[in-house]
Amino acid sequence: MKLNSKTIVMAAAIMLSACTNGGGFGGGGFRGGGGGTTGAASDPTSAGYFQQAIGDRVLFAVDQHTLTPESSALLDLQANWLLTNVEFGAVIEGHADEQGTSAYNLALSGRRANSVIEYLVSRGVSPVRLQPLPLGKERPIAICSEETCYNQNRRAVTVVAAGGLS
Amino acid sequence: MRLMITVAVGFACLLIGLPAIAQQSRGPLRIEITEGVIEPLPVAVPDFIAETADAANFAIDIARVVAADLIGTGLFREIPKNAFLSTPTSFSSPIQYSDWKTLNAQALITGAVATGSDGQLTVKFRVFDVFSDAQLGDGLQFGGAANSWRRMAHKVADAVYSRITGEGGYFDSRVVFVSETGPKNQRAKRLAVMDYDGANVQFLTDDSAIVLAPRFSPTGDRVLYTSYETGFPKVNVLDVGTIERRALDVQAEALTFAPRFGPDGSTVVLSLSQAGNTDIFKTRVDGGPLVRLTSTPSIETAPGFSPDGSWIVFESDRSGTQQLYVMGANGGEATRISFGKGRYGTPVWSPRGDLIAFTKQANGRFHIGVMRTDGSEERLLTASFLDEGPTWSPNGRVIMFTRESKGAAGARALYSVDITGRNLRRVPTNLSGSDPAWSPLLR
Repeated sequence: MKLNSKTIVMAAAIMLSACTNGGGFGGGGFRGGGGGTTGAASDPTSAGYFQQAIGDRVLFAVDQHTLTPESSALLDLQANWLLTNVEFGAVIEGHADEQGTSAYNLALSGRRANSVIEYLVSRGVSPVRLQPLPLGKERPIAICSEETCYNQNRRAVTVVAAGGLS
Repeated sequence: MRLMITVAVGFACLLIGLPAIAQQSRGPLRIEITEGVIEPLPVAVPDFIAETADAANFAIDIARVVAADLIGTGLFREIPKNAFLSTPTSFSSPIQYSDWKTLNAQALITGAVATGSDGQLTVKFRVFDVFSDAQLGDGLQFGGAANSWRRMAHKVADAVYSRITGEGGYFDSRVVFVSETGPKNQRAKRLAVMDYDGANVQFLTDDSAIVLAPRFSPTGDRVLYTSYETGFPKVNVLDVGTIERRALDVQAEALTFAPRFGPDGSTVVLSLSQAGNTDIFKTRVDGGPLVRLTSTPSIETAPGFSPDGSWIVFESDRSGTQQLYVMGANGGEATRISFGKGRYGTPVWSPRGDLIAFTKQANGRFHIGVMRTDGSEERLLTASFLDEGPTWSPNGRVIMFTRESKGAAGARALYSVDITGRNLRRVPTNLSGSDPAWSPLLR
């Protein structure tokens, strides 16, 4: 069976959007964060493009907040996009897996958000466009109690929105 | 809810003018809580006497709550009513001790309830030490509005508990907690307050924003908690009576969480996350300077005061892992007190001042434990997939905490355990619950 390339692209786009929707926290205080109108992924100046074509998240090892080389490479792309699309600001959500006490995980997720912010700033993004949002273990995206879920939850997500921060 | 006490304020109550039915005696009726009770003490709680016609239901219900309070401690076992050989027919009728000895009832509690024309309820009770043929202490009487009958029952149970154990009670108290609905990745959270036994749940916030870790003021009329109402974590204070709430007046852009009141009811310690670093600060609930108490690049959080206000216990990963430390109330050098294998967090000083409760993680399991305030004599009270966040009963004898079950359907519930590690039980709540904080005894 031979699929035409257009079908494959569409299927991939749907799968990606299924993955990313709900990944952002999107709760209050930040216009357009997480859900709503993110724009078509095909429009390179849209939040949807940022989420799906560039990639909005980096992952962390257990109890760590240091960036891996892969994470840094992704953040280079995020920085370039932010430097091009100067009307956008970003909330950097920090998250932790469920292993750990609530307050500690909140603090740890703040470290993770800050690692991303420091890196983006080191690549020239103005710090006033970036705001950390530590969420601790409040918003996992994968809900099993196994490492296969935990490693998706230990993340920092860059949620961009036009108009900057509220 | 405010209970009107018949006489004076506080835990005052009326000594009943009736002569004691037998000579007052300390007798052998005594439980030493610290020794850990293996065999619960048999107690009989007949229905209270209804002294007015419309007190009939109250007379039954109040006796049931008194019995439930006592049995719930794990220190008592109730003798079933269908085994009784006789039941009191009036509050002043003589006790047939032999009838209760036959049942091996060590303690007998009798009571009476009357309604007044003003809608007030009067509850009186006596405690008998059956094998000493004697009344234990004087009879007592409480008065209050009929809709606060559960509080009067809890006060009766507190008095009985005190007489038999020699310790303060904890039944006339409330718990503020986070009530939860929805799946793990979309939890909706509301602040709620309930009686210590799960009755009278009242919601304090809606579920439009994440709320975390509520903590009572020393008088129980205000609650500090963390809210994401602005989209970002901020310490808020809420008046339990009016449910009015506001963010604490600290730097507008500051991310703050993990607050606790000091014993003066004005001082607040909290954590502030700045450029990825979390440190401990002190301020005042009604406005005041933000004073930095720690300044290290490590995570310092979960601060709480000693009951006398002179010390702060907190957790820090400055050694490389989460451990417990104690510092003076104004900061300065901190002394590490946890040295066991594993990670320690969420320390809480006992209201008696003698112990610190904590969460410990070791070998992939979570424990609630206690240690002396210098870190010695560590004892783990529980073990599960995820236990965390202890809070002390007003008398420092029971700890409530959050237990979360494993897996995609994992849910949180409130549990309690006594400080000997016995009597682990689930606190009944209709919805999932987390982050309990116990009030002081109500006034």
